[in-house]
Amino acid sequence: MAVVTEIPLPGIGVRYEFVTLDGDRMAVVHHRSGVRELVLFERDDPDTSHDLVRLGTEDSRTLAELLGVSQVAKELSELEQHVEGLASTGCRSRRRARSTGERSATHRRERGPGCRSWPCSAATRPTRLPAPGSPCAGATRSSSWGRPAGSRSWPSCSVRPERCTARRSCSSSAG
Amino acid sequence: MHGSAFLLELGGVILLLAVLARVAQRFGFSPIPLYLLAGLAFGQGGIVPLVTADRFIAAGAEIGLILLLFSLGLEYSARELVDAVRTSSRVGAMDLLLNSTPGFVAGVVLGWGVVPAIFLGGVTYISSSGVIARTLDDLGWMGNRETPLILAVLVIEDLVMAGFLPFATVLLVGGSAGRVVVSIVLAALVVVTILTVAARYGPAISRAVFSDSDEALLFGILAVLLLTAGATEALNVSAAVGAFLAGIVFSGPAADRARSLLVPLRSVFAGTFFLFFGFEVDPGTIPAAFPAALVLAIVGVATKVGTGWIAARRAGIGRRGRVRAGVALIARGEFSIVIAGIAVAGGAEPDLGPLAACYVLLLAVCGPLLARIADRPAPRSASPRS
Repeated sequence: MAVVTEIPLPGIGVRYEFVTLDGDRMAVVHHRSGVRELVLFERDDPDTSHDLVRLGTEDSRTLAELLGVSQVAKELSELEQHVEGLASTGCRSRRRARSTGERSATHRRERGPGCRSWPCSAATRPTRLPAPGSPCAGATRSSSWGRPAGSRSWPSCSVRPERCTARRSCSSSAG
Repeated sequence: MHGSAFLLELGGVILLLAVLARVAQRFGFSPIPLYLLAGLAFGQGGIVPLVTADRFIAAGAEIGLILLLFSLGLEYSARELVDAVRTSSRVGAMDLLLNSTPGFVAGVVLGWGVVPAIFLGGVTYISSSGVIARTLDDLGWMGNRETPLILAVLVIEDLVMAGFLPFATVLLVGGSAGRVVVSIVLAALVVVTILTVAARYGPAISRAVFSDSDEALLFGILAVLLLTAGATEALNVSAAVGAFLAGIVFSGPAADRARSLLVPLRSVFAGTFFLFFGFEVDPGTIPAAFPAALVLAIVGVATKVGTGWIAARRAGIGRRGRVRAGVALIARGEFSIVIAGIAVAGGAEPDLGPLAACYVLLLAVCGPLLARIADRPAPRSASPRS
């Protein structure tokens, strides 16, 4: 799962923001009344946002269902059956990721300039599923926003993989 | 009561409020200025002064004031207040300095003396959280980067008001220097005591008052509210402050339900409160007060825009966000009237009523309008991707 920032809106509710795999910044505004708003930001201007849709409590449930909330648990258990120890250990052991010496987004979500994919060394040798303790595991432990673009680039990003397959499968299994 | 005459008169007044609320809803702006205008038309010296219903409306106005402040307190949890103070106290201080000074200076220039000038400073300082929250929602600004900042400024303003009201009320009562000091210490003690109770026993009180029955819950909450407000008033700390603090005490499910249960009640009585404020102002004094109000309003727009701009720039927000933060804060409304109402009820300065009424009339209308104009969508090169 991507890093989700929680922003309190006193008197209104809470706003949750995250950056999608494609690099779009998205927010969900939780009103106390139960209304949810989906907001999309312009990619190059964080001050411009577009209200995509406004959802009532029922609508949110419908949308969540369509996005596959109930599906995730099922997929997870299937994956665990196929690959032993994947979900439970693979996505948790940040320490192991470090000890293996792999460059990873241990607990910070960082992407180099111009790199649209995740800093994920596993991407250079795409595997269908990440091994336990892979950098993807670290990525799921992220706890803060990345540093400003251009501050530092990741060696793995120079490869510019179109998409980090390992990361994707990891996130789908971590749900 | 006076039987049919009373009912007919009250019915007429409420019918008028109904029509005004509908008009405001239709055109999407705050009904507060309309209620004030209606009050001017039907109050002393108005077109059709009320005869029998005025005492009932006066009592309703008092309850409206308490409910307004109570629901403001309900909106915030103690944690949100602490967080806002921790993150935005400097912005809050700048807001206070920039926006209360014009009012205070104007009061002194008009020769009102220090205490009414302090109240006028409060009138020009405090933005309307109600009008602003609604504008943000209407314009779809909730997702914007500067919105948490705007809301934090509003939280701090409301907190400052909670500190300001008892202080100013004490000054209004006056007396010897020693008495004023004793009263201020007493007021501070009351505020601190209630806040401590809120922090420590808030959840327990909320659980005790909570009930699955709407009726039982509503009565329980109203009892706590009125008793707190009455007790603070008895200690000369202003019922409005007691009501605000009582709102902070409640949290969790009791607060959630109370918010939805109290909305209709608050709308009715708050409407009455604005109407009553209008009643108390003689329409004949409006033309004299208007020029000063207009100047103050123009200054008030400038200082709020400046506040928002500087605050947003400090937070690293771009030009467009800065403009939005500034214009969003312009609207003044219910709390300016609350402050002016307390001053007028305390017999501070007769000219304060009409001036505050004009000021709020101008800015409650201009605020949302300017916000709409200021953020016209620029021609966009790219449409949002989905």
